[in-house]
Amino acid sequence: MTDETMDARAVLHRPEGDRSARARLAIIICAVLLVVIALGSLGWGASDASALGVVLDMISGGAESVPARDRIIVWDIRLPRIILGMLIGASLAVSGAVMQGLFRNPLADPGIVGVSAGAGLGAIGVIVLGGSFLAPVTAAFGIYALPFAAFLGGLATTLILYRVATRRGQTSVATMLLAGIALGALAGAASGLLVYVADDRQLRDLTFWNLGSLAGATWTKIAAAGPIIGLTLVASPFLARGLNGLSLGETTAYHLGIPVQRLKNVAIVMVAAAVGASVAVSGGIGFVGIVVPHLLRLAIGPDHRYLLPASALLGACLLLVADAVSRTIVAPAELPIGIVTAAVGAPFFLWILLRRRGLLDL
Amino acid sequence: MTVSIPGRLLRRAGAVCFTLGLTLVPLVAPDRGDIARASQVDTIPAEAKRIVSVGGSLTEIVFALGAQDRLVARDSTSTYPVEAETLPDVGYMRALSPEGVLSVQPDAILLLEGSGPPEAVEVLRKASVPMIFVPERFDSEGILVKIRAVGEALGLRAETKRFEAEVAADLEKAVEATAGIAERKRVLFVLSLQGGKILASGEGTAAAGIMALAGADNAIGGFTGYRQLTDEAVIEAQPDVVLVMAREGDLAISRDEIIAHPAIAATPAGENEAVIAMDGLYLLGFGPRTAQAARDLATDLYGNRAGN
Repeated sequence: MTDETMDARAVLHRPEGDRSARARLAIIICAVLLVVIALGSLGWGASDASALGVVLDMISGGAESVPARDRIIVWDIRLPRIILGMLIGASLAVSGAVMQGLFRNPLADPGIVGVSAGAGLGAIGVIVLGGSFLAPVTAAFGIYALPFAAFLGGLATTLILYRVATRRGQTSVATMLLAGIALGALAGAASGLLVYVADDRQLRDLTFWNLGSLAGATWTKIAAAGPIIGLTLVASPFLARGLNGLSLGETTAYHLGIPVQRLKNVAIVMVAAAVGASVAVSGGIGFVGIVVPHLLRLAIGPDHRYLLPASALLGACLLLVADAVSRTIVAPAELPIGIVTAAVGAPFFLWILLRRRGLLDL
Repeated sequence: MTVSIPGRLLRRAGAVCFTLGLTLVPLVAPDRGDIARASQVDTIPAEAKRIVSVGGSLTEIVFALGAQDRLVARDSTSTYPVEAETLPDVGYMRALSPEGVLSVQPDAILLLEGSGPPEAVEVLRKASVPMIFVPERFDSEGILVKIRAVGEALGLRAETKRFEAEVAADLEKAVEATAGIAERKRVLFVLSLQGGKILASGEGTAAAGIMALAGADNAIGGFTGYRQLTDEAVIEAQPDVVLVMAREGDLAISRDEIIAHPAIAATPAGENEAVIAMDGLYLLGFGPRTAQAARDLATDLYGNRAGN
């Protein structure tokens, strides 16, 4: 056994020195933060409804005599929105982290390389053609038709991207980015065509969907997208060791006994499923997938065993905070969350780039 | 937490929403879903004193009936009369936030057809706040239907009857004034001119409706809603006049911009520099002021021949 492989074996378990204690602490902090933010979001909104009062009322069996309006605000408006926000934030951040690991490139993000656009095309297809051309599909899948179509769109884009960018086991970063931009443009053009033939009611649906918002959060949507997102989140830690190995290059990973091809297949399907389900229920919410994993890599290092769960937690936190801003800043009206994540995420990201120039490689 | 946002910014946001919304207004055929919902109308208690009005024309009607004291909030398309703008704004009518609407403690909500999104309406329904859906049609009868629906909801029978008769007579007069026009002008309504591309109104739009009331013809037909036109289609349409919404900011279309447009320059409208700009809600709102808007438009089009 060469020294090189020895080093490689070490990397598998603790890349870049031992930062695991710090990483564990970060995960605990993120988890506590998430609980605090979620509870805060439940109590904070455009109206003065008291979440505490509603919960006490629930426990005491109606003894608190809370107005029905407050019960609806807490159970049917805020709670589904918080759950959906956590699911989508976590799914976007984990998808970003997995894609960056898979492509061994910090720029890989479902939004940038066209996976979101592909998922969007699937969703738009169902919205516009669901009543006519795709009627049997919508009839067969019901509420799952939209997330499923978005999943297929995302999967197709990811597969094409991977095929184009990978040659002899080497993924070319430049090719991947360019191919991603081209695929995004292609999906955008197809979407544009569908928008053109859409009637006014469908256009209205599309507009809301395009804005990227958690405003339409209902228990039905959670039922449709929740299981898919939940499954990918639970599955993601099993990719950690493989992604760590992959960071050394595919050949090395292969020699370390990592089933590289299977890992890639699983990761691609997972990202497509998570992004597809997220895009289907909340439209295009940008920047979570790129900001969260980067921030964490700077704080706890690139070990995917910690990076993936931490990304899920921090992504959920970030989206909940952004949503709290979006639903209260212009109250009683509301701002689309996509605007908030981009407005907060983009400058923050630039600031990190400036401070840590050159340290952003994986 | 509320952050104060300058009124001008909000107004501009409202204008943007209004423009976006116009491209999405329902077509001629009334929407079945909304009608179905409208038929199972909730009745609002006559003593309802905390009403949210969603839709610019509905808010105008509430004010015209003298019931403005019973309003607690309005949507961003409700910009007339000016006093309406002092009410809290619950956002754009097609992007309502259910918690935002409930936060003003409404005891009734007036909603113009097309208000939404459906999820928001669903939650509001669950909160058992009485909701009145008012259908939208871009003709005289559509305005009277709105007045009846709002008046009935407010429980103001006598006032509504008088006001409806007044508006009906006004509309009739406006239509009669242009009935004798032999050579009807062809009008092209341009919703936006972004990047030099003309987004024009086709059949079943508010713009087509007001043209009909003012005794003019839509220069463009063959499609419903709003579409982007190729330059050649514009030239072929040979409009006598170009009609736009008067507004400030990014979406403003200046007179010079229209006259300088190569396709429009090759039409009678361009040659005669015939461009008419009117306030969006006034021109396209189909509310109590529509008869006056039609008269103004007719005067701009035909001068004294419009018989006013």
